[in-house]
Order: sequence, then structure tokens, then C-alpha cells
Amino acid sequence: MMTVLLVEDSPGDVRLTQEAFRDADPPIDLRVAVDGVDALSFLRQQGTHSDAPRPDFILLDLNLPKMDGREVLAHIKEDDDLKTIPTVILTTSEAEADILTSYRLQANCYLSKPVYLEDFESLVKSISDFWLTKVKLPRQRGDM
Amino acid sequence: MPIEVLLVEDSPGDVRLTQEAFRASGKAVRLHLVSDGIEAMAFLRREGSGADAPRPDLILLDLNLPKMDGREVLALIKKDQSLRIIPTIILTTSDAESDVVMSYQLGANCYLRKPAHWDAFDSLVRSINAFWLTRAKLPQQHVI
Repeated sequence: MMTVLLVEDSPGDVRLTQEAFRDADPPIDLRVAVDGVDALSFLRQQGTHSDAPRPDFILLDLNLPKMDGREVLAHIKEDDDLKTIPTVILTTSEAEADILTSYRLQANCYLSKPVYLEDFESLVKSISDFWLTKVKLPRQRGDM
Repeated sequence: MPIEVLLVEDSPGDVRLTQEAFRASGKAVRLHLVSDGIEAMAFLRREGSGADAPRPDLILLDLNLPKMDGREVLALIKKDQSLRIIPTIILTTSDAESDVVMSYQLGANCYLRKPAHWDAFDSLVRSINAFWLTRAKLPQQHVI
């Protein structure tokens, strides 16, 4: 079982991602954080997230309420423990400035959300086929 | 514009397999080859034999290399403000958890283990192609 943290405020996109991951092999335990503050407290196991599992993989939207995805990404990649978790940006933005900023902040990959349903579904499946099947994800914490 | 890929690999067999798999993909990819870590850094910094080198859009990096090892090359790439935004994929025979964790810690964009058999190797290179050269948004060269 793989744990994936999806940081996404759009209920429609959450639903589509859940559906596309539903039949994934290996099975995916998809957790959702709806804003940047919620995402960081999940990752740091704070507040209501004290029992949160450490995700194997993070899908992060850029435009989020409370704390934006760029700031969340910067916090993840500045943290010696969290930085090893592959963090993939999944956003509607295709702005070159966002792509550059994300790679500069050490996003592991940048994907732009397709507008059409079938394309969105196929992208999420390709994330599961590549990142959760082919790629070797770290099994240990980064600071051990 | 062809996509420029830098392959840092000292095994002639693996170079050959990667070339064939890229060729078979039918995409406009220019694969540049260097066989040790020193040569890789000269290519990226456009020094010496790399004076006319194009800036790669993607780097495929082996860990065990002569002269300067892949971990050191990765650390130099990710410490450099200009080079760090180039997605750098580790492609190695090492399955050691310490190599996986260290690579992500140093800022590798993803870690892939070389399969032992030709079919699986071919399929892995094709999936790198499909994911990184088709799905992922890579930073554009002209804005750098």
C-alpha cells in the first residue's frame, strides 16, 4: 500500500484523482489536504493529524487557500526529513515563471492539469504507472 | 526544436540500449553522451571539450562513474543556481536504500533502477520518454 498526499482545494479535481487512482496497482491510500496549512500539519503530524502516516509521494497544487503551494513546496524542501518525499506539482498554471520557480524550489516534477476529463484521468494514471510503479521511492525518513 | 538529453553513463552496453530505446520512440531527441563525472560537469558548464555543448533539457545520471562519481555530480548540479532547475534522473544498478535516500536528499528529481534484462530496460527508457518528454513540463531554455 502506497500513501499519497493530494493537496488540492478543488473538490472536482479531488474526485477525479480519487477515481483515477481507485484501481491502481499497488493500491493507493489517498489522503487529501485542502489548503497549505492543512498539508503542512499533515506532514508534521500536528493537531488533528497527529496519527497521519508519512506519505510516499505528494501531489501539490500551486494555488491554494491559506498558504500557497509554492510556500508549501519551499517548506517541504527545506526540511531535512520531508525533502526526500517526491513532490510533484499538479496545477492549471502553464506559466513559465511557475515552472521555473517550482523546479528552483526543487519540485520533483511539474505537470499541468488538462482541461478535459479523459486527459485528466489519463495523466493521473500515468503518474501512478510511472511514479508509483517504476520509480524507486525512499522508504526511510530523510534525516535518519 | 529537438529535446536535448544528456546521458552520463560509462557502460557501453547501457549507452547502446538507451540510444536504441530513444530512437525507437520516434521523438525528436538529441542524446548527448559523456562517460564520466568530470566530462559531465565540463559539458554542463561548457568548459573544455564541452565548450559548444547545448544546455540539456533533461539529465540521465548513473551513480557509479569513473573520475567523479554520480553523487558528486548530482550535488554540484543541485547547488548551482542555473543548473539545478534541469530535471536530473538517477538511472543506476544500485538498489541500496542509502543511495535512494541520498539521491533524493541531494535533489534528484527521480530515482530509477536499471533492470537486468533488455526488455525491461527498453520499457523503462520508453516510460522515461513518455513521462518526462511528453507529460512533464520542463523549464524552457530561452528564459534562463
